[in-house]
Amino acid sequence: MDWFTSHLDDVWRLSVIHAYLAGIPLLLGLVVALPLGWLARRFSWAYPPLIIGTGLLYTLPSLAVFILLPGILHTQILDPVNVLVAMTVYTVALLVRTVADGLGAIPDDVRLAANAMGYRPVRRLLGVELPLAVPVISAGLRVAAVSNVSIVSVAAIIGVEQLGSLFTDGFNRDFFAPIVTGIIACGVLSLLFDVVIVVVTRLLTPWTRARAAS
Amino acid sequence: MIRFESVTKEFPDGTVAVDALSLTAPTGKITVLVGPSGCGKTTSLRMINRMIEPTGGRILIDDRDTSTIDAAELRRGIGYVIQHAGLFPHRTILANITTVPLLLGWDKARATSHALELMDRVGLPQSFAKRYPSQLSGGQQQRVGVARALAADPPVMLMDEPFSAVDPIVREQLQDEFLRLQEEIGTTIVFVTHDIDEAIKLGDQVAVLRVGGRLAQLAAPEELLSRPVDDFVADFVGRDRGYRTLGFRTAPFPTSSEPTVRLGASAADARGVTDDPWVLVLDDDDHPVGWVERERLDGTVTRDALHRGGTVASTDGPLRQALDAALSAPSGRGVIVGPDGVFVGTVRARDLIEPIEASAARERAASSADASGDEAGEGAGEGIVVAEPKAL
Ligand SMILES: Nc1ncnc2c1ncn2[C@@H]1O[C@H](COP(=O)(O)OP(=O)(O)O)[C@@H](O)[C@H]1O
Ligand SMILES: [Mg+2]
Repeated sequence: MDWFTSHLDDVWRLSVIHAYLAGIPLLLGLVVALPLGWLARRFSWAYPPLIIGTGLLYTLPSLAVFILLPGILHTQILDPVNVLVAMTVYTVALLVRTVADGLGAIPDDVRLAANAMGYRPVRRLLGVELPLAVPVISAGLRVAAVSNVSIVSVAAIIGVEQLGSLFTDGFNRDFFAPIVTGIIACGVLSLLFDVVIVVVTRLLTPWTRARAAS
Repeated sequence: MIRFESVTKEFPDGTVAVDALSLTAPTGKITVLVGPSGCGKTTSLRMINRMIEPTGGRILIDDRDTSTIDAAELRRGIGYVIQHAGLFPHRTILANITTVPLLLGWDKARATSHALELMDRVGLPQSFAKRYPSQLSGGQQQRVGVARALAADPPVMLMDEPFSAVDPIVREQLQDEFLRLQEEIGTTIVFVTHDIDEAIKLGDQVAVLRVGGRLAQLAAPEELLSRPVDDFVADFVGRDRGYRTLGFRTAPFPTSSEPTVRLGASAADARGVTDDPWVLVLDDDDHPVGWVERERLDGTVTRDALHRGGTVASTDGPLRQALDAALSAPSGRGVIVGPDGVFVGTVRARDLIEPIEASAARERAASSADASGDEAGEGAGEGIVVAEPKAL
């Protein structure tokens, strides 16, 4: 506790970096996963390669990715861009299937009605299909958020600072306080992400609660 | 006017869903496509707005070949109602109804005020505007479906079994309202159902399709009942055809005067007007309210004492209604009112037989004149028939 109170500034600084490294890829990953998920749903031949391919990405060991990416991207090993790119890849890996499933869960009646009313594909996607897929996509995002917060900490091993640095620090000094602090801070951060996603989802989906009101 | 010219649909798997279908759906009328499951009704309907493309022949709307019109544009001008309404769950009722007007670029205020007006027309309280579809019953959702289809005032509306999924009482209500609405707005409607009674009730003309997507008969409902062209149509149309045609025939029939009492009269007054065991009761506006049994009366004649079984027929209504009134009256005398609902007299079943026979004879004479007359004459401009001989 003493350690925590005396290092409040450090913990705060690392938390902000951690939130940045885990959160930005969540948004970028969503933006990339949306068209890929749509493709997988739109063309049945595209579904297996996209779903299996992106699924495999998630099995890449994170440490290996952090070490190999600078070579591929021609960046410095300590450049946070490496972490952002890696985390975006993991987010995409988790979300493509979610987006495809979310779009696939839209009732046939609704899609049919949209076509019959003269929707063209893009407008139908944005105006009808995506809004209806929000609950499913949001569930996937919550999983990806927790996963990102956890995987980002591994980057401490290659020296990119964030909450994971507390683990390496504590390990090197055989000192538990920073490790416990890091675990708790990661937990709080995950919880915060979750709350933000849940609140935004609620704002976007008033109709899902209408049943109870009737 | 919608014209099918020898339209065929063969699906890629070789299924011929519609086979050389030719028919015309006249402007402002209800054309019903009816037939057993899988006979190609839905396929025919969806070819009109190009949700399915024909593989042969063409479809014209007001003489424009639909294949030359951009599909999305075409659809925005055609209302479409499906079985489970297919409302957008994430949009309020109001937003559902304004969908097509907004796609067409109407300004929001105009779309909204028009939508509210339509909610009125289809019998939805305006307080529903901000609700979501899941908060409405099936019947209410179907009304929204109809309002949504009509929201941009399309000249044409397609309906695919719109009332099949609601319970029978609501269905009947929706059908009656639908007929009233159609009378007001005069939209050209193609209506699909597998229910022959619904077809006969709603159709200005009815096209019976057989499996394989071939037109078996296209006729006015009455003609379908009285002159089915073959065993398939006769079977499909079902029992009691002769009796059911009476639902379409009107003819003058004689009525007899009937002693009556008013609501609130004393039992003694009621016994005084007649020796018959049953006495007819009128309200202060001379509208019949029911029969009372002379023997059972005491005190005054109240609504509670009325027999509830009898139906009432109108002098200008179909003969079936008059016959039903006679058969359902506890006295055996059917209660007849004028078009204004004012009591005119009563009629016995036996007095209806002669008018019924006479009307049947007139019908037979008219149809044999038709048949022997100018066969090619296109049914007095009603846009009828023309089943194309299938080329071999
Ligand atoms: N996409 C399709 N591919 C192959 N066959 C189809 C397709 N859609 C419908 N059919 C077949 O076409 C026939 C007519 O179908 P449909 O028009 O839906 O009939 P209905 O609406 O009268 O029940 C049926 O035999 C059906 O199985
Ligand atoms: Mg069908």
